[in-house]
This record gives sequence, structure tokens and C-alpha cells, in this order.
Amino acid sequence: MQQDHPMTRWERFKDNDIVWSFLHSPGAIVAAAITSIAILACLFAPLIAPFDPFDPSQISLWDGKLPPAWIEGGQPQYLLGTDNQGRDMLSTILYGGRLSILVGLAAVCLGMVLGVTLGVISGYVGGVTDAVIMRIADVQLTIPGILLAILINGIGRAFLPLELRQEFAIYVVIFAIGLTDWPQFARVARGATMVEANKEYVQAARIIGLPGWRIMLRHILPNTLRPVLVIATIGLALAIIAEATLSFLGQGIPPTTPSLGTLIRVGNEYLFSGLWWITFFPAIALVVLVFAVNLLGDWMRDALNPKLR
Amino acid sequence: MHFKKLLTVSVAALTVANPALAENVLRWTSQGDALTMDPHSQNEGPTIAMNGQIYESLVTRDAELNLQPELAESWEAGADGWTFNLRKGVKFHDGADFTAEDVVFSFERANHEASDYKEQAKNVTSVEVIDDHTVKLMTDGPNPILPNQLTSIYMIDKGWAEANNVVAPQDFKAKEETYAVRNSNGTGPFALVSRAPDEMTVLARNADWWGEGMFPGNIDKIEYRPITNAATRVAALLSGEVDFVLDPPLQDIKRIESSDGLGVKTVAQIRSIFFGMDQGIDQLRTSDAEGNPFKDAKVREAFNLAIDKAAIQRVVMEGLSFPTGMITPPGVLGNTPENDPSYGFDPTKAKALLAEAGYPDGFSIQLDCPNNRYNNDEKICQAAVAMLAKIGVKVNLDAIPKAQHFPKIQKRETDFYMLGWGVPTLDSHYVFSYLLDGEGSWNATGYSNPRVNEITTAIVTEIDIDKRTALIDEAWTHVKADMPYVPIHHQVLAWGIADNVDIPIAADDAFRPRYAVMK
Repeated sequence: MQQDHPMTRWERFKDNDIVWSFLHSPGAIVAAAITSIAILACLFAPLIAPFDPFDPSQISLWDGKLPPAWIEGGQPQYLLGTDNQGRDMLSTILYGGRLSILVGLAAVCLGMVLGVTLGVISGYVGGVTDAVIMRIADVQLTIPGILLAILINGIGRAFLPLELRQEFAIYVVIFAIGLTDWPQFARVARGATMVEANKEYVQAARIIGLPGWRIMLRHILPNTLRPVLVIATIGLALAIIAEATLSFLGQGIPPTTPSLGTLIRVGNEYLFSGLWWITFFPAIALVVLVFAVNLLGDWMRDALNPKLR
Repeated sequence: MHFKKLLTVSVAALTVANPALAENVLRWTSQGDALTMDPHSQNEGPTIAMNGQIYESLVTRDAELNLQPELAESWEAGADGWTFNLRKGVKFHDGADFTAEDVVFSFERANHEASDYKEQAKNVTSVEVIDDHTVKLMTDGPNPILPNQLTSIYMIDKGWAEANNVVAPQDFKAKEETYAVRNSNGTGPFALVSRAPDEMTVLARNADWWGEGMFPGNIDKIEYRPITNAATRVAALLSGEVDFVLDPPLQDIKRIESSDGLGVKTVAQIRSIFFGMDQGIDQLRTSDAEGNPFKDAKVREAFNLAIDKAAIQRVVMEGLSFPTGMITPPGVLGNTPENDPSYGFDPTKAKALLAEAGYPDGFSIQLDCPNNRYNNDEKICQAAVAMLAKIGVKVNLDAIPKAQHFPKIQKRETDFYMLGWGVPTLDSHYVFSYLLDGEGSWNATGYSNPRVNEITTAIVTEIDIDKRTALIDEAWTHVKADMPYVPIHHQVLAWGIADNVDIPIAADDAFRPRYAVMK
């Protein structure tokens, strides 16, 4: 191999420090693999799942409470057994996981957009604006997130007319979790903005007379995204847990279109009677999903933080 | 001698100083709390049962549901009313004497506009005082079953009600709050000590009760703590936190039976579970259909045929139910082997009937369902959603606590709802007057068949038993054909009880602590 041989694209890509770190971190590879498999399986649930558990006309009550296929009494078409309504557990987990991931992603996006916007403004403008925004964030951080989410969720439901409540339950949950998330993003974005705001390129932009919003949007924002991305990944895991908690408490997604948390809640009622699979498999799915996303977030934090390298 | 006396006194003093040593405290739970302590405000099982420890009626039922004297010692039928001889020396918890004037007042109160006991109480047109301890309950013509209709009309002290401004019952539908909602003053074996709705209600033994020594019960204090979550309720029983669970979830019965120190008692209950369909309104509130599909008997039949009662019995109820085609169970006069069998399960025919009625693609509707009242109520509704989906009806389920669910029925603000009905009088008149008469206060179906209404009135005064039974039969046959309801099943009761307490189970699901013995 000659030294002056131009690097192929793959070699150049491999040489990128983040990719290098990724390829040399087995934990990250496993986590990424599990996360992508989980996300893909859930997103393509309608194609993979043997049944559509959201379609009540496919459910037969006679098939209710069947154990997993390998246990006596189980039936081969219901690999992980059925729940109390006769829904296939594997299908409900795939569909439920899809709901959980979608709610998590949407909530994180909402929290991120809100938090980063406020954080960048706060860090760049400073003064009274900064003080007001950051004090609001401080106050909100003193209230446990899940309590706040329950509060927002309760208010949201109370304002919806009865017939829309079920349809909009999922958006209310997204809104509730997203609104509790934003201070984390705001703080990180503000810190990063304050560092960037004193750098020469920003001062140069100011001198040539660019308007403030343009500097924030085009120059500062891209440079704050690394730490925000780390927070967002960990935030995704937290949002999925928050959704599961809300649903477990009966405050979240209704049982007719169950998310993982709703499934665990319903299954919980059957633990004493020995129908362990109704709660066990959704719980395992939730644990694996959150663990994988968390591992990914940890690795990202290490890889994207120059000081830790 | 002197020493012995001293010893007795000091033992007595010790007992007073340390009552916990000698007290039999019964801690129990079920899923929902009594809705109010006002004895005439809500005609609802758990409310009647809770108030029945504190207040008493003239006539009551024992655990076998036989009529027993309570505040009346004996009674006698006449052509225009019944004479009741009241028990003497009975005192209310605040010390006031129970007299004929309290009976007059209590019936006036139970007949008040805001009362939920009007359908029973209105059989008594007026109360004539013969002397302080004898009253005559006047009826509109002869009434053969009057004592049966009095078992949940509780007696309340006139003086106490006037002093506390509760002469009228609480208007529950209007969410009224009165003194009688959280305070009480009855003649019963237990007196209210403290009340925190939905958290804890404490009752203490009334040492001055007239029945002291006449009943086997030895409970000194009752602590009632409603626990909504079924699994938590069973966990509380398994861990010994409570001694008695009125409504363990059916799937956990085997687990409780196999636990050391715990047992389960079961009995066929006097309660039927069914869905109501509003055929009275011109445009359904929650449906995408034009007009009201329920006006068409074919649609109502389709709904009846679409529900697989046998599957609900086996999977949802763990076998603890009897599928039916009536809304009143065996044991009640009027339930017959001819009318009791269910309408059957035939989704193909149901779909065809919907198409004939002009809804080949079905329609959407909301099902209102309680989630803390009947055995597996919400799960029955969920099963019904899936079954109706198979004939093209898209059901949106709204399962909410009973305190919000019942007003919807009483205000007639629901298209399609679940209700269960027990029959304390063991007579069909109770079912007709509340659920089938066009004016019935729990009849949110809008069903009003002139012949059924006529029979409802006629059987109040018909004293010829054979003729009366034939009339009741005729009415049920009309109802069976008209199908205003979708009957599901009669409930079977299962109580989870710790071995250290002996509680007789009763088919009306009422806990009778005067018979409960703690070992």
C-alpha cells in the first residue's frame, strides 16, 4: 500500500474520530444494534406483527390468557401468549413499543426545540431575558418531572371534550412530557451559547452588522448541537420511561391502543393469578429498549466531549 | 371481698385505659366508597350497605335474605295500609328517642324530590300515627309486598335533621354538600367515628344498641378503606393489612383460597349486569349515524346477538357468572326459566340485521362504563368493544369511576351504558319501577311500553298472588321481545375473608357485621 494513495471514502469515514470511537467501543455497537433493531421492529410493526392488536375485530376473547407457546396450553400462533382480552402479546409489544418510541421521540423533539430556542436566546441576549428564562427553568427543575407531567396531563384532559379525550390522549402525553423536559436543554444550550458568543467569529459577524436572530440561528446554533444531541439521546430514554410511568398510573395512553406502560399496568393485575407473561414481556421490552438507548447516550457523551477523550 | 372488688375495678379501669387490648377491629376493603352518608340520597349497593350499619329500617333482611324485624317488632296487613308496632326504648346515637314521629318524618324525607328512594317510598302515601310506638303506613289500595319495599328506607331523627338543616336529602346529582353527607345519627349497631371519603371510614360499636346481646357479632370497631386497584386490594388481604375483601378480582380467587389463613366464600348474587341503549332520543349524542339506530328493534337485537355471553363467562369472569337474557336474576319473583335464557350469540345474523336496518357498515358509538363498581366491569366493556367491532360497530369505550358514571345515567345523558341492578325487595316491581317504566329514574333507555307501565302500576295493588305473578310474567315477556337492554349475566359473589373472622356471605353483597364473629 502506497502512502500517497488517496483514501477511499470508507477509509476516510472510518478515520473520522467519532466513527473511530464507535467502532472501538463494543458496548456502543451492541447498544446501537439493539436500538436500531428495536426501532425498526417497532416502526415496521404492521408488517412484522402476526396480528393487529388495535383492530378489535381481530380479537377473540376465547383465546384470552393463553400462556407462551412453549408452555403447556400455549398455541404456536401466539409465541409469547395472549393477554386477558385475547390479544397476541408479541404483536401488542411491537405495536406498544412503536407507540412508546414515537411518544418518546416526539416529546424529546418538543422539549429540544423549546429548550434550545430559549437557551440560545437566553445565552446570547443575556440580562433580564436570561434571568427570567433561567429562573423559570430553575423553578421547574425543583418540581419532580413526573408530577409536573401528571399535572399538565390532567389539565390537558380536563380541557378536552369527552369524545376527543381518547383520540387526543397521545398528544396530551407528548405535550406533558415535552414540557417537563425543556429546562435540561435550555441549560445546556445556554452554556454552549455563552462560550460561543465570545469567540471571534461571532464578534466578526456582529461587526459586519448581521442581525441577532441570524447570528443565533446560523452561527451559534450549529455549534451548540453536540452537547444537545447527548442530552437528547439520554432524554429519549427518560421520555420513554416517563410515558410508561404515566400509562402505568392510568394517566397516559388508553388500554384500547396500549403502549408498553399500559401493557405493564394491565398485566400487573394478573400477577397474583400466575399470568406472568402479560406483564413480564412488555417489561423486558421496556428495560432492553431503555438500557440500549442509555448505553448509546453514554457513549455519545464520551465520544462528543473532547475533554473526556 | 374488698380485695376482689378492687381487682374488678382496676381491671375495668385497665380495660378503659387500654381499649386496644380488648377490641375486635375489623379492617375491610372494596373498590369503591359509599357515595354519601345521607341515607336517602343515593340508592346504590355499597352506600346502602355502609349506611345500614348506622341507620336502620323498620324491616330488614338477614344473610339468607329472610325478612326480619328491625325497628318494627311486628306488622300486619290491612286493606288500605300496614300497621307496624315499633320497637320500644330505641335511642339514636345522640340519645334522642326513636318514636312514631321519626317514622313520619323519614318517609316524608324519602319521598322528597331529591331522594333516590322515591320508587320504593312512594308506595307509602302517608303515615298515620296511632300512638308513640304504633304507625300505620297508608297505601293506595292494598299492597301485598310493602314490607319487602321497606328494607332500605332508613329511619332518621326528626330533631337532628331539623337542628342540622338536613330536612331534605342531599341532591347528589347537583353535587350538593350538606351536614348529613359526612355526619350521621342513626339507631344502628355502629356509629360513625370519622369519615374521609375514598380514604377511610371508621365505625365504632354502639353499646346502647337495642340488639346488644341478641346477635352473635362481636366486632367493636370497623375500619373501611376503599382500594381502587384490584391487585393492591388482594395484596392487602394477603399481607394481613385487611381481614376482608368484598370484591377480590375473580382471577385471584384461587390464589386467595390457597393462601394460609385466608378463605373464599361464594354465592349466586341477586344482581344482573347489562347494557342500556337509548332508544328515546331522536339523534344519538356520540354516534356518526344519522338519527338514532336504537329506535329500530333490529339494531337492538343485533347488539344482543353480537355479545358472546359464554366467552365473557369463561374468560373474563373465570366461570363466576350466569349468562342471561333477563335483567333480573333467579330468586326475584318474575325471573322464569322461559325468559331467563340468553338471546344467544350469532354474529352473522347480527350483521344481517344491521344491514336490514340500513347500517351495512355499522356505525360508531360511545360506551359509558364504570370501572370501580361491578366484577370486572371495565373488562366486560372491553370485551364488548371487540365483539361489536366484528359486526361493524365501532365502539369508543369511556370507563370512568362510578361517582361520575351514575349521574350520566340518571340525567339521561348517555347513548349506550353499562349498569348492574340488585333487587333488595326480591320482587320484579322494583326492577319495573326503576328500569323499565317510562318514568323510571334509572331508566335511561327511553323505553316506555304502555302495557309494561300499566302492569308496573297494577301489581302494586294486586293482592291475588296468581294474577299478580301472571301480570309480572306478561310484562317480562314484552320486555324480552322489545329488548331495551342487552343482558349479560347474573353475578356470582366471591368474598375473600381471613380465617380469624367468620362473616356470613349474603346474596345481596351486603356485609352484615352484626353477624360477624372475630376469633
